[in-house]
Amino acid sequence: MKGLREYIDHLEPHFEKGGKYEKWYALYEAVTTILYTPGHVTKNASHVRDNIDLKRIMIFVWFCTFPAMFWGMYNVGYQTVDAMALTNTTALEGWRGWMMSLFGAEYSKDVLSSMFIGALYFLPIYATAFIVGGFWEVLFASVRGHEVNEGFFVTSILFALILPPDIPLWQAALGISFGVVIAKEVFGGTGKNFLNPALAGRAFLFFAYPADMTGDVWNVVDGFSGATPLAAAATGAYDTAFSMSFFEAVQSEAWKNAFFGFLPGSIGEVSTLMILIGGLALIYFRIASWRIVTGVMLGMIATSLLFNTVGSDTNHMFAMPWHWHLVTGGFAFGMMFMATDPVSASLTNKGKFYFGALVGAMCVMIRVANPAYPEGMMLAILFANLFAPLIDHFIVQANIKRRAKRYVS
Amino acid sequence: MEHYISLFIRSVFVDNMALSAFLGMCTFLAVSKKVQTAIGLGVAVVVVQMITVPVNNLLYTYLLQEGALSWAGLPEVDLSFLGLIVYIGVIAAIVQILEMFLDKFVPALYQALGIFLPLITVNCAILGGSLFMIQREYDFAESVVYGVGSGFGWALAIVALAGIREKMKYSDVPHGLRGLGITFITVGLMALAFMSFSGVQL
Repeated sequence: MKGLREYIDHLEPHFEKGGKYEKWYALYEAVTTILYTPGHVTKNASHVRDNIDLKRIMIFVWFCTFPAMFWGMYNVGYQTVDAMALTNTTALEGWRGWMMSLFGAEYSKDVLSSMFIGALYFLPIYATAFIVGGFWEVLFASVRGHEVNEGFFVTSILFALILPPDIPLWQAALGISFGVVIAKEVFGGTGKNFLNPALAGRAFLFFAYPADMTGDVWNVVDGFSGATPLAAAATGAYDTAFSMSFFEAVQSEAWKNAFFGFLPGSIGEVSTLMILIGGLALIYFRIASWRIVTGVMLGMIATSLLFNTVGSDTNHMFAMPWHWHLVTGGFAFGMMFMATDPVSASLTNKGKFYFGALVGAMCVMIRVANPAYPEGMMLAILFANLFAPLIDHFIVQANIKRRAKRYVS
Repeated sequence: MEHYISLFIRSVFVDNMALSAFLGMCTFLAVSKKVQTAIGLGVAVVVVQMITVPVNNLLYTYLLQEGALSWAGLPEVDLSFLGLIVYIGVIAAIVQILEMFLDKFVPALYQALGIFLPLITVNCAILGGSLFMIQREYDFAESVVYGVGSGFGWALAIVALAGIREKMKYSDVPHGLRGLGITFITVGLMALAFMSFSGVQL
């Protein structure tokens, strides 16, 4: 370890101002601060000492996605084996099949084999998102002279987790490029953007290649396409499940499958349980705001109850109760990891409740009233991002007015 | 009643003047630096839209439309080719009145809006509202709802943009993009988020 430290110290002068590789300072800085705590400290008078900094927060969020990520890989494998049995396929095509035979892995539903199959799908997507996004990040950092930020770890993993597993890799590269460059770097990098970069990239792909990204994408095995629960619900397949009371539904097989995550869907979004584990850790360590999460839940419950009461004869989604909204699609993932993004959400404490409620209400609204999009969470969060600064503005103004009143002479 | 509510919601969100039809861009980009001013302009647009669309509707139905002059004994006359001139005239007159009103009673807002108040006359969102109303064949009551809705949608968009731009004061935008460039990108991203409504059926 000591050798490494000495090696880095030996390299440092080359990267500083006037050194040979001055232009690559951002890259050097990024690599060394992953390995060691940065050596430079504040030089002037006031200096807050705290164990938490942006780097730590971001790495923490990254770790908190791991339960959802590993479960996602397992579920991709599980679903693939299922689909193969239905279509009587014995081996995967292309390089994945080759990898399977190389490692002698079996096509079975036990944890390890499934996770191996899932990794064959997930890792290329994640690697693409990481490398392409990282390229843009480093490019902007070196040209514009700011630091490469660990926020990028979070963006790339969140982006990879909300993609369908069979997405072509060039689309993943295009999406992360849009997210990082247009939604973040042109505004000046981490902390200066107003939309969530991962979601902006996903939305870009969603509108640019709707055929590959809509609700019923699961073409891991040729000729098999399983509808995701939300797409199926819109056609009425879940009507009986929706008509059950809360306690019946929670005990039913279908709901449990959706809660634990045995259904087709985007890689990281399937298991509500795993997302809640990661999310509660985030809340416990005060990285995600509990106010936003509460707001999203309340907004979602209130709006879905409203739709339940109104009812409709033609639209099956009106009857969808809140405990189903919670476990399907990207709701839980969006609530825990996307809406709580501290940059693009509201900053005031009171504003966070309103922001969250707007996300929850919009999500249900889009799912129910917009047949064009089976999934609403992504667009709901983007929509609420637009109004987050405005909510803050009004909260601050109200506060100013309230305090000014105290000093009326 | 349900019909009017759905028309209102559609004109505010689904057919948003600024973010889905991209009308009224000049004022939208120029007067969105501060939330307070944006709210003022938004209210002005709502008021103008609320008056001009129904007035133009009446003019079209009883003067310009083919056969509209039958009450004067001229059933074959079709004056609809005069439409554009008439609508612009009505809009200009209403804006004049609004300007005098603001100058007298809300001078602060009058100062803040400056040149953009008379420019509401040539704001394409206002004329666009009247033309959409003719094209979609709204009756009088519908035109009132549509006028308020489309104006409100535009106001909502400009206020949201102003909020974002106030926040963006802290951004570090590349030199070439500062000012209008980044605003165009911002509006594009806003339109992306507003796409969530396209296809909503009410």
